[in-house]
Amino acid sequence: MTSDSDASERSAHGPDPVRSPVLSIRGGALRVRDRELWSGLDLDVQAGEFIAVLGGNGTGKTSLLRAMLGERKLDAGTVLVGGHPAHRGHRRIGYIPQQKIAAPGTPLRGRDMVALGVNGTRWGPPISTRGDRVRVDALLASVGAEHYADRPLGSLSGGEQQRLRVAQSLADDPTLLLCDEPLMSLDLHHQRAVSELIDVRRREHGTAVVFVTHDINPVLGMVDRVLYLAQGRFTVGTPDEVLRSEVLTRLYGTPVEVFRSHGRIVVVGVPETGHHHEESA
Amino acid sequence: MITVDPATYLQLLALVQNSIIAAAVLGIVGGLVGVFVMQRDMAFAVHGISELSFAGAAAALLLGLNVVGGSIVGSLVAAALIGVLGAKARDRNSIIGVLMPFGLGLGILFLALYPGRSGNKFGLLTGQIISVDLPQLGLLIGISIVVLAALLVVWRPLTFDSLDPEVASARGVPSRALSIVFMTLLGLTVAVSVQIIGALLVMALLVTPAAAALRVSSSPVLVPVLSMVFGFVSAVGGILLAIGGSLPISPYITTISFAIYLVCRLIGRRAGALR
Repeated sequence: MTSDSDASERSAHGPDPVRSPVLSIRGGALRVRDRELWSGLDLDVQAGEFIAVLGGNGTGKTSLLRAMLGERKLDAGTVLVGGHPAHRGHRRIGYIPQQKIAAPGTPLRGRDMVALGVNGTRWGPPISTRGDRVRVDALLASVGAEHYADRPLGSLSGGEQQRLRVAQSLADDPTLLLCDEPLMSLDLHHQRAVSELIDVRRREHGTAVVFVTHDINPVLGMVDRVLYLAQGRFTVGTPDEVLRSEVLTRLYGTPVEVFRSHGRIVVVGVPETGHHHEESA
Repeated sequence: MITVDPATYLQLLALVQNSIIAAAVLGIVGGLVGVFVMQRDMAFAVHGISELSFAGAAAALLLGLNVVGGSIVGSLVAAALIGVLGAKARDRNSIIGVLMPFGLGLGILFLALYPGRSGNKFGLLTGQIISVDLPQLGLLIGISIVVLAALLVVWRPLTFDSLDPEVASARGVPSRALSIVFMTLLGLTVAVSVQIIGALLVMALLVTPAAAALRVSSSPVLVPVLSMVFGFVSAVGGILLAIGGSLPISPYITTISFAIYLVCRLIGRRAGALR
């Protein structure tokens, strides 16, 4: 507990005294084979900002995230994280991958997956230090996962596994949290619980969040700005600016209607390939 | 099954002392490597590598070269082919399926051409630890210790890469390099195992102990420890039982290893067990 609060304080007064953006993209372009998905993307993400990246399949959402992780290059433009070109293994980036349920029989318990975030990149004999164990316990506590931390990963529900993913992603006290569809295949209750964990993190620690999703509704109340990718174009702005019939109609180049009811947003008429005649933004 | 009196048994024991040490070290290393074999879903690859290792050993025997050396070359060629051509699991299985009979066929051809004693011939397929001479035993032990040391160095990143590859890669774990390192370590371990229990039975020390351990635990500490113990007990126990009688060693090793697996399955079925 003591070391946890130490860690929190460190990051609360943490980096970024000059308010330079945590993430900065200039002139970003992405091509798939010969087709240009988008170009001229400029995006600055400030500390504590929550950005949702929306768009259908094949609009380059995941590729954009991989560029931020330094796992691929954009076809043009630069990606700076903390002022330096994005590179793989950046210590201060937390990453929550597209949810894949661990198979039963996966030889990991909940706490072991979190521990991989803490010391999984360390070379040498696999002896956990006391500090590692304290850190893992603190991370487990921060997502409320203590009581199932010792059960095999494969026996946990999707929601429980995703809470552990959040804990794992926070292991190195990230300044930037990259989430790739973290709520996929979770029920409403767990969608809310997991997104709130992420929201609390950015509020209390000023961690910037880039949140790739096909459905903005679970995080609508948290999102500061939306990056909407569609039809070889994109638009950036607050949810109120972007999620409007006329804006999306212009973006898609075809009539699209945005309905709001009971605090939810439904986008109708998105020309998605396949059978999506209607889709949640 | 022990058909000799205790005094003779002790004398025999002294004679095969070095074989026992080699088997003990291999049991431990095989148990540890097996944990990663299971994590990376490569049980079939172990079998594929061991057949090419057998071909290499048979070629060396025919040409009058170092058999352990031939076995290592065969193993590493197979490990490299599987590693390069079979990055994806589905490709991997088909490549192994293609390589395996080819390696086995080559090995049988070399053995058929070999004019020496026939006892040596099947040793490579079914085990021959007692007939391995002292310098070769030293080589086997040395290789096992190198594998063990290397495994300890890469342990955590390799676990990360095996069980959580996407996050591991994002966090900077060099997965390609680790894959090459692991295939090399696996190749070396297989080459040693071929000498001790034979190409056809390698899985009894490289797969069964870890599979048994995974039946009773998910702990990243307990699984390797149990797997190591199971490998050790199978390998050493097999030799201790075999030297008193006239039967070969390998069936003892494979039977002990299988019995341990069965017991672990039963324990594992009983609610949660050790977890």
